[in-house]
Amino acid sequence: MNDLSFQTMSRKQMAERLARDIPEGWYVNLGIGLPTLVADFVPQEREVIFHSENGLLGMGPAPTPEQADPWLINAGKQQVTLRPGGSFFHHADSFSIIRGGHLDLCVLGAFEVAQNGDIANWATSAADNAPAVGGAMDLSAGAKRLWVLMEHTTKDGQPKLVESCSYPLTALGAVSRIYTNLAVIEVTDRGFIVLEMVPGLTLETLQAQTGAKLHLPG
Amino acid sequence: MINKVVRDMAEAMAGVQDGSTVLVGGFGSVGQPDALIDGLIEHGAKDLTVVANNAGAGRIGLARLLELRRVRKIICSYPRSAGSVVFEELFRNHEIELEVVPQGTLAERLRAAGAGIPAFFTPTGYGTLLAKGKQTAEFNGKPCVLELALKADVALVQAELADRWGNLTFRLSGRNFNPVMATAADLTIVQANRIVDLGGIPPETVVTPGIFVNRVIQVPVDGAAVQEKAA
Repeated sequence: MNDLSFQTMSRKQMAERLARDIPEGWYVNLGIGLPTLVADFVPQEREVIFHSENGLLGMGPAPTPEQADPWLINAGKQQVTLRPGGSFFHHADSFSIIRGGHLDLCVLGAFEVAQNGDIANWATSAADNAPAVGGAMDLSAGAKRLWVLMEHTTKDGQPKLVESCSYPLTALGAVSRIYTNLAVIEVTDRGFIVLEMVPGLTLETLQAQTGAKLHLPG
Repeated sequence: MINKVVRDMAEAMAGVQDGSTVLVGGFGSVGQPDALIDGLIEHGAKDLTVVANNAGAGRIGLARLLELRRVRKIICSYPRSAGSVVFEELFRNHEIELEVVPQGTLAERLRAAGAGIPAFFTPTGYGTLLAKGKQTAEFNGKPCVLELALKADVALVQAELADRWGNLTFRLSGRNFNPVMATAADLTIVQANRIVDLGGIPPETVVTPGIFVNRVIQVPVDGAAVQEKAA
């Protein structure tokens, strides 16, 4: 059922769309994978300070070959740079920043988000072979806001926005907004509220790709 | 005269017992005390519980300690990462016990141990598989999980500079778990890139005060070697 009346956003466009909503002055943690792309779309002159779990604030873009230093990595273990004004600190301080509610925003990917804001993004089943949680539970529970950046459905078309998560939970009621390749959706006490859709997409078509009831604002 | 600088690796590892809980600093390969891990392998202690963020990569360092079946249990936040082949094989064959801990809870359990706090409540993990069987309570309307301090027998730490009193600094993001782990063990052993005279580290820039450190050994950092492992 290829509906050609609308075009889905690319991963870069999704990251760019989310980046537009981050105001100057916010302290932000970006999760591994797609969320990491968001930093590329925040212009240098809009001062947003990026945090990384392994103990940096003021993280900058990937290094040029001359800047590269194997001792300077982010939580995804990729080499990064530090902007002037940046700082290093140890893991307990880094997670005090996260768990103490000091981050304005965390952006994570997810397997599923439920209409009550539950997020599942760390294990694919309760019997997962050696699940790896990293900082996902701390970030979900601790940041002032949790936004999820993900495709609207799985590769085989299954909804990722659902009534209740089927995968093991990362945190309860933590997500406040979802940016997908089709829409921007707010998570409220009423459930999913559609703030924005890609041009040409109808609410009916979006609803057909969503596992829980969508509402319009107001 | 206080001198925590030891002459060789055998002296650094002296007295480490079978069955010890051993903290291993580092985040991936950055800031990981590889020479001390090799020293521990040489020393021969077994039946260990290892606490580290990751479960080793390739077949060197922490992965080699695992491969030699010296580790009974590993406590970490992210066991499965690029190149964690040894761990995955042992885990599949039920030859190692795994405790997965959220990264911040891991750091805080270590911090609590170092600060003499036996347990604490945190919202992290509430309602998830990792809170199963743990005591819960509500504070200011927020449901929380009781987590226990994680006290160890030995901490293996990598530092940039050290002096003979055990004052330490760390290099860039190599700091990570190292200063926290240094506080949480009965015996903290440090490999430092350079050892300087007392006063050689400006007091305002000391990250780990020497009171947390028992032994120091100089192991110059081979930048190329670290880079190779980080890739």
